[in-house]
Amino acid sequence: MAAIHLSVNRQSYTVDADPQTSLLTVLRDHLDLTGSKYGCGEGQCGACTVLVDGKAQRSCITRLGTIGAKQITTIEGIAAADRLHPVQQAFLDEEAMQCAYCTSGMIMAAVSLLAVNRHPTHDEIVDFMEGNICRCGTYPRIVSAIQKAASVLAESPAAKGASR
Amino acid sequence: MSSKVMSSEVSSQLFLEPERYELKAAPVYRFDLDRRDFFKFLGAGLLVVSALKHAGAVQESGGARRRGEDSLPKEIDAWLHIGEDGTVTVYTGKVEVGQNIRTSLSQAVAEELHVPIDKIELVMGDTQLTPFDMGTFGSRTTPTMNLQLRRVAASARDLLIGLAATQWQTDPAHLVGSDAKVTDPQTNRSVEYAALLKGQQLTQTLPAEDPLIPAANWRVAGQSAHKVAGRDFVTGRHRYPSDQTLPDMLHGKLLRPPAFGATLLSLDSQKAEQMGAVVVRDGNFVGVAAPSVALASSAVAALHAEWKSDPQPSSKDLFDYLKKDATEGKDPSGDGDSYETGSVDKALASADHHLQQTYTVSYIAHVPLEPRAALAKWDGDKVTVWTGTQRPFGVRGQLAEAFRIPEEKVRVLMPDTGSGYGGKHTGETAIEAARLARAAKRPVKVVWTREEEFTWAYFRPAGVIDVKSGVAADGAITAWEFHNYNSGSAGIRTYYEIPNQRIMFHEVNSPLRQGSYRALAATANHFARESHMDELAHTLKLDPLEFRLKNLKNERLRAVFQAAAKRFGWGASKSTPGQGFGMGGGYEKLGNIATFAEVNVDGKSGEVKVVRVVSAFECGAIVNPDNLRSQIEGSNIQGLGGALFEAIEFENGKILNGRLSRYRVPRFSDVPALDTVLLDRKDLPSAGAGECPMIGMAPAIANAIFDATARRLRSLPLVPNGLKLS
Repeated sequence: MAAIHLSVNRQSYTVDADPQTSLLTVLRDHLDLTGSKYGCGEGQCGACTVLVDGKAQRSCITRLGTIGAKQITTIEGIAAADRLHPVQQAFLDEEAMQCAYCTSGMIMAAVSLLAVNRHPTHDEIVDFMEGNICRCGTYPRIVSAIQKAASVLAESPAAKGASR
Repeated sequence: MSSKVMSSEVSSQLFLEPERYELKAAPVYRFDLDRRDFFKFLGAGLLVVSALKHAGAVQESGGARRRGEDSLPKEIDAWLHIGEDGTVTVYTGKVEVGQNIRTSLSQAVAEELHVPIDKIELVMGDTQLTPFDMGTFGSRTTPTMNLQLRRVAASARDLLIGLAATQWQTDPAHLVGSDAKVTDPQTNRSVEYAALLKGQQLTQTLPAEDPLIPAANWRVAGQSAHKVAGRDFVTGRHRYPSDQTLPDMLHGKLLRPPAFGATLLSLDSQKAEQMGAVVVRDGNFVGVAAPSVALASSAVAALHAEWKSDPQPSSKDLFDYLKKDATEGKDPSGDGDSYETGSVDKALASADHHLQQTYTVSYIAHVPLEPRAALAKWDGDKVTVWTGTQRPFGVRGQLAEAFRIPEEKVRVLMPDTGSGYGGKHTGETAIEAARLARAAKRPVKVVWTREEEFTWAYFRPAGVIDVKSGVAADGAITAWEFHNYNSGSAGIRTYYEIPNQRIMFHEVNSPLRQGSYRALAATANHFARESHMDELAHTLKLDPLEFRLKNLKNERLRAVFQAAAKRFGWGASKSTPGQGFGMGGGYEKLGNIATFAEVNVDGKSGEVKVVRVVSAFECGAIVNPDNLRSQIEGSNIQGLGGALFEAIEFENGKILNGRLSRYRVPRFSDVPALDTVLLDRKDLPSAGAGECPMIGMAPAIANAIFDATARRLRSLPLVPNGLKLS
């Protein structure tokens, strides 16, 4: 056991845990951030996806000891106050969920994709999202939601400013 | 002591064949509640209860009853309360596992009661607060509970209109409900429901006949509605069963035997106890509880156990085993598993063409993305368990039996759960968590790992199906003999018009624990039947659609086949080598489906890709078209996994591929272009749609592969080696 510092959703935490503990366990059991889900424990399903320095990573196979000063973002940290992130809003608008257990991982992977590829094609979305499983089979709606979020983000003032 | 009870309880689940098990499970609970208790708990206002039809003595009603009459019907299946402040709360024992019934049931109430959908709260699947319910399965929520809640809500609305009419001394027939108010369109005056209920304690039992709004006039139902509380799901705020916590909670882990049915010979738990874990050994049950999952896992690893197990069949020999072990065809349940008409033997002997083929299906796993989970807490001799199950009242019974306590001492709550697909009818984690919590004297949470979910849950039954048929030269089927070994009797009867039939289900002592699954055996039976139909059509050199329609009179089924064929463009010639077209369809759980598939088989690599799927579906009057589409798409995609590549491999009591890296489920790149045609029959009662659309997928794909390659695949999964024809 050791006192380990980490930054999650722009907040600093100190947890008393073995550095070998998975990031998912730390988030869920130590910090009570239960939006990230356990699905397989071997990085195969994507339900535990979080952002590490903005990049999608499987928290179930990420060890606490490897985080250091990197910034962790979870599903609880992407909405601004009462305003949902455009990807979250698009998932609602497109009804891109049934049981929704995969949804937080899907949304975090999509946020990561749109950060590096503003206008992904259908096939690029499928390629990038291949590691995330939706057992209810809402895949076509998830693709639509990501496309919708991409167009909303492209319309946002920040995106327009950046493209100039 | 209790673990013996537990293991016999668990093992009794092993041999319950799913569909008969579902149909026969009768509600045994006798409801006993005083109306004063309701109001004490819910506050003043209006309470409308819906009595179960067979309860008999409860169709009194008419007007509302005032204070003083305290008896309520003994058997109730739903109730609705409108508080003095206008809040509407509906109580049902049904549960939400992703099929979105929380939303569609809210829609039904909103429609009849004339209240905005977001003003309605549904309390679901809490054995203390909601009426008894057998379970959420079999696509029954829409045809039963949806109708009951409509009746309850319509009664409440009429009662409120009656109160307003009395107040205004006018004829209630002039008045209408809208937006949580009663309005008189002639005078334009209106009064809020809340105002009408100030200081009231009214109860009404559902009248026998109630005017319901005909489907053609639906305004809220029949429209798409967004998932209720969808925001909680996209923000991660919703707490699934595995997310539940309590102060002082411990985490529980079980020591699993090395093979199914193993017996514990000895256990050394000294090291684990020294680590600070609570260790429980009770018969074959061995578990630990510790403050963290890591510590609980280390403690389990530190246990030294000796087990004894017996040799068991393996997946390699499965189909031989099923045939050898099978009982004579019989109808043990009396539920119509077996059926005979005309003289099959004579008709086969005299038919112009014969065909005899065998089809098989493998065991497959549900793989709910949220594995089983439960949190249990004891208060004296009472236990409360939060768990993900499709049968909260069934799990209550299992807990009561396991711990030898009355059901009144058990409360089971079901937070909206990470799916089930028929795989969460049992209460394993509930019993495990409760057993550990009793020993630890603290709340304990047990969440199964994916490997545990793959191994210690139950599977969709494997099966062998033998079909013999005889056809006249003109394409009329004259004889049909159909034997299903083990996979089940759902969808076993044929909807084609055949004068001579022998249909039998044969029970087998299944080598693996098996149980319900989305669409149950209907997938296997439709795969065999619709593949065989395709084989017959090719034998006779008839168009498969034409051949089906020639032998099909059922208008609803004809309609979906014709609608799907039209949208698919059936009859078009192939544009590329490797392309193939096929169809399958049928009738199940009051729904009618026809599925047409286009596949592409790579001539060099043998890779099979399902390119396009057109489904036409009809389930009576449509309640929520967008959710219906979502259910059909989901069924198609899940069905694609079982059709193409899902199979459980096992050997001598062990599962060999119980992880997501070894058991392939459909992913983004597997999804074909999906096109869904909805036939809305507003003149027919609404049926559920979570299961039926699945059944057309496997035969449509198999028939399309035959069209592409002239290779007939008769085993599910069709291409277990990845996506290649081996």
